[in-house]
Amino acid sequence: MSVKSFREALNEAMRDEMRRDPTVILLGEDIAGGMGSGGEQDAWGGVLGATKGLMPEFGRERVLDTPITESAFIGAAAGAALTGLRPVAQLMFIDFFGVCGDQIMNQMAKFRYMFGGKAKTPCVVRTLYGAGFGGASQHSQSLYPMLTHIPGLKVVIPSSPYEAKGLMTQAIRDDDPVIFFEHNTMFDDKEEVPDEPYTIPFGQARTVREGKDVTIVAIGMMVGRAKAAADEMAKDGIECTLLDPRTTSPLDEEAIIASVKKTGRLIVVDEASPRCGMASDISAIVAEHAFDALKAPIKRVTPPHAPVPFAPNLEKAYLPSVDGIQTAIRAVMGVK
Amino acid sequence: MKIDKQGLLEGYRTMRTIREFEERVHKEFMTGQIPGFVHLYAGEEASATAVCQQLGEHDTVASTHRGHGHAIAKGCDVKGMMKEIYGRADGLCAGKGGSMHIADLDVGMLGANGIVGAGSPLACGAALSAKTLKTGGLSVSFFGDGAFNQGTTAESMNFARVYDLPVLFVLEDNGYAESTSSSWSIGGNNPVRRAEGFGIEGTRVDGHDYFAVYRAAQEAVEAIRSGTGPRFIHIEFTRYYGHFEGDASSYKPLDEVKDERRYLDALKFFRARTTGGGMLKIEDLDAIDKEVETLIDASVKEAKAAPPPDLSTLTTDVYLSY
Ligand SMILES: Cc1ncc(C[n+]2csc(CCOP(=O)(O)OP(=O)(O)O)c2C)c(N)n1
Ligand SMILES: [Mg+2]
Repeated sequence: MSVKSFREALNEAMRDEMRRDPTVILLGEDIAGGMGSGGEQDAWGGVLGATKGLMPEFGRERVLDTPITESAFIGAAAGAALTGLRPVAQLMFIDFFGVCGDQIMNQMAKFRYMFGGKAKTPCVVRTLYGAGFGGASQHSQSLYPMLTHIPGLKVVIPSSPYEAKGLMTQAIRDDDPVIFFEHNTMFDDKEEVPDEPYTIPFGQARTVREGKDVTIVAIGMMVGRAKAAADEMAKDGIECTLLDPRTTSPLDEEAIIASVKKTGRLIVVDEASPRCGMASDISAIVAEHAFDALKAPIKRVTPPHAPVPFAPNLEKAYLPSVDGIQTAIRAVMGVK
Repeated sequence: MKIDKQGLLEGYRTMRTIREFEERVHKEFMTGQIPGFVHLYAGEEASATAVCQQLGEHDTVASTHRGHGHAIAKGCDVKGMMKEIYGRADGLCAGKGGSMHIADLDVGMLGANGIVGAGSPLACGAALSAKTLKTGGLSVSFFGDGAFNQGTTAESMNFARVYDLPVLFVLEDNGYAESTSSSWSIGGNNPVRRAEGFGIEGTRVDGHDYFAVYRAAQEAVEAIRSGTGPRFIHIEFTRYYGHFEGDASSYKPLDEVKDERRYLDALKFFRARTTGGGMLKIEDLDAIDKEVETLIDASVKEAKAAPPPDLSTLTTDVYLSY
């Protein structure tokens, strides 16, 4: 056990799985860096450095820098997964889903079903998401609801370094295609992370804190903000349960429903756009299965239905804030 | 090649404006006041400048993440650009876009772009508009060596060919896409031949030589205006700074970068060529340098002092009506 960053946690998970299983390969743009140049090799290790050091250990046969051709290399990951490899492809930002959408949603997601259960597609697509760094409209989206919508894909959104390592290890060992979301602003987050490999199963929510008054479900980067808001409210005697679903597909519906049945109140904090987002989806599930337990209307805390703006003050206003979450908690509690 | 003294002075002013703009953004970025990331065009000035000098009000350009040079050369307001980069209310895009999304349709600038390879389809669309509406306009797609490999670029070249669209494809090859060498990433390592594979005539030029770019662009634009469809130019040069601010460029071998500002500088080359032969006077160029410096300095000062967008604009302009 030692303190590790989100970046280091991801790096270790990939490294350990590559050591364990020779069929695991990595591919993506500048995931090593310096390809074809006369200068430093492994100069980048991916745009935020999570794969640094892996090319020197495993060679360019297993750590493949690619041209800027998302359709080709994400599709190649799907094709390779279908035929014996276990690729971890990096789609630099999920915004680029627009470039390679077909290979993800019509190809890798569907093989198993369309082929009557005869295929497996064990690949991981690692991808950055989220606002808060001035990336503006084409580099900051939280598109996990779009991917969650597609049957055949598993969707993972770790909320801390510990979670990242265990979920990444599981993602690589998993036999289905996994889209793995990493928040743009969380790579330097640090906490205690075991040195040895471990897995965190998909579809099992984590209870971050327990309280009798309100159930908060928060996703990814929002888990930290929801925790801060809940801790603050505890000082006023309002006790919240905070659930981190970890994966939106599969989704731990049972844990959410069970908790709402106890607290009678639900807030969902989601960085994705509000329409057809996770907040809407989880609200619908609770409305359907725990309607009678609800003591107050469900609250969704999300950004507005707008692209992510560039100017720092607008971007700050765009993102759900600790304050905004506290306001929602007071609202469902009926206090000022 | 046809260019008069006025044209030369304009070309120099544009190149100097781009250089000064980028050098200043580089400096200011280090103070931490510029949000997000910026990709600088320093070293590549001759391309945007000499190509855009062939264009008029009905012509459009589609740009890239490294878009400041294209925006300046196509006539975007420099002060409005600087304010945009600082995320100000009266920036060119109201502070909503930032460096990577600078656009001004009024001057035919279809936008910098955060998506590598997104520009060429848009340029085809603008060319389709020009052709259908008979404006006489053409469109230019500037794209990098990395973008050259995207499917969208290949598809656009084919689309432009089959419909004889008035598009000039300009491959800006600065040797790298992030840290990846273009001599490796461009399979076959012969961009002109790739264009020819699509039935598009192409040529390769040294991008540090304003005159070479000018000649190639003038020839290509004249051909496009005569109605013979798309053309292709492969421009080779170096980018002085990292991929974005903060990138140390360690993947570049030392001997490649050591003397680049000495030997690979379009502005220096331009000065030597024009003043040595007596075409232009050194004083005229010095005067331009001064004016540009003043303009850029004022634009930074004004940008820093300008107010941020009003929070009410967070949800405006998502639609025209809703
Ligand atoms: C579709 C897509 N893939 C990847 C990126 C990340 N990215 C931004 S710029 C860049 C390199 C582009 O290289 P090139 O086209 O040569 O332009 P240059 O930066 O050299 O001007 C990459 C990979 C992106 N913005 N969009
Ligand atoms: Mg390049």
